[in-house]
Amino acid sequence: MSKLYDYLLLLGDSSMILGHRLSELCGHGPNLETDIALTNISLDLFGQVRNYFQYAAEMKGEEATEDSIAFLRLPHEYRNVLLAEQPNTDFAYIIARQFLFDAYHLPLMEALIESKDEQVAAIAHKSIKEVRYHLRFSSEWVKRLGDGTEVSHQKMQEAIDYLWPYTKELFEETPLEAAMKTEGIGADLNALKVKYDAHVQGVLAEATINIPETPFAHSGGKNGIHTEHLGFLLADLQYMQRAYPNMAW
Amino acid sequence: MKKEWPIWEVFIRSKNGLEHRHVGSLHAADETMAIENARDVYTRRQEGVSIWVVESKHITASNPDNNGEMFEPAKDKAYRHPTFYDLPVELKHM
Repeated sequence: MSKLYDYLLLLGDSSMILGHRLSELCGHGPNLETDIALTNISLDLFGQVRNYFQYAAEMKGEEATEDSIAFLRLPHEYRNVLLAEQPNTDFAYIIARQFLFDAYHLPLMEALIESKDEQVAAIAHKSIKEVRYHLRFSSEWVKRLGDGTEVSHQKMQEAIDYLWPYTKELFEETPLEAAMKTEGIGADLNALKVKYDAHVQGVLAEATINIPETPFAHSGGKNGIHTEHLGFLLADLQYMQRAYPNMAW
Repeated sequence: MKKEWPIWEVFIRSKNGLEHRHVGSLHAADETMAIENARDVYTRRQEGVSIWVVESKHITASNPDNNGEMFEPAKDKAYRHPTFYDLPVELKHM
């Protein structure tokens, strides 16, 4: 398959896996309003994934569909960032994960609207307003919890400390991303990092959350090397298609 | 949660030029959260272009016990409806 095909999967997979994590919360949010908000974000992400995968399926031809791409790959074939697959430990983790991802996702979309590939640019154009709201929502909650009560502050700090080592991977350029950047289709991750740092540092300062100083970082997701969580997530996500091949609603 | 968040009343303007209409209520810790929650709960199917929220405690309501003297006297005063005028034919959309 072409590099663009792989790049579409890399873009789509992070949104899909994070969208799935959020969908697990449907009916389990801390209150009705937040439950709906998180499910809305999940649906936005799934909408974006459909665009990426429909385009990819068209490119692949044969029998490929958005569903076969979404449901019928093995864990090492998923290219999502490790951050996206981290579990819903508690509300602070859910918000911290969302915030760190959104802060990367928005500048990514801002870069991709300039993509030389018209379809990629169109998908980014359609997604950007959704993502802008996601970032606004998650930033607001990071501030609320961080600068809230003693307990909420402690939980937010713990979540940021735990997830921080997964953020370096967002900006580690894989050979695929380097090639896409050179072709003018993909984003320049170094340029994203500048916007990401400015936003994250600003919000965390307002939230009175300390930026972890650990030099340790996890990576591998974009190359198909995942944490143990992805296997369990996919077992759930793929169950219907694996148990009843080709089933449709 | 030790304390419940207060209740807010939500008003949505469905399109420019129309008035904001009451659509329901929700819980939120403050006005910023109330607007965001209203966006997520009440405008996810393109219901609106503008949102107002007001904390429910700021609304003064009439007392249902007084409905008799409040509303019933208007019942037999049909002449208060401006339906007894002959309108010129040129006048449309009244």
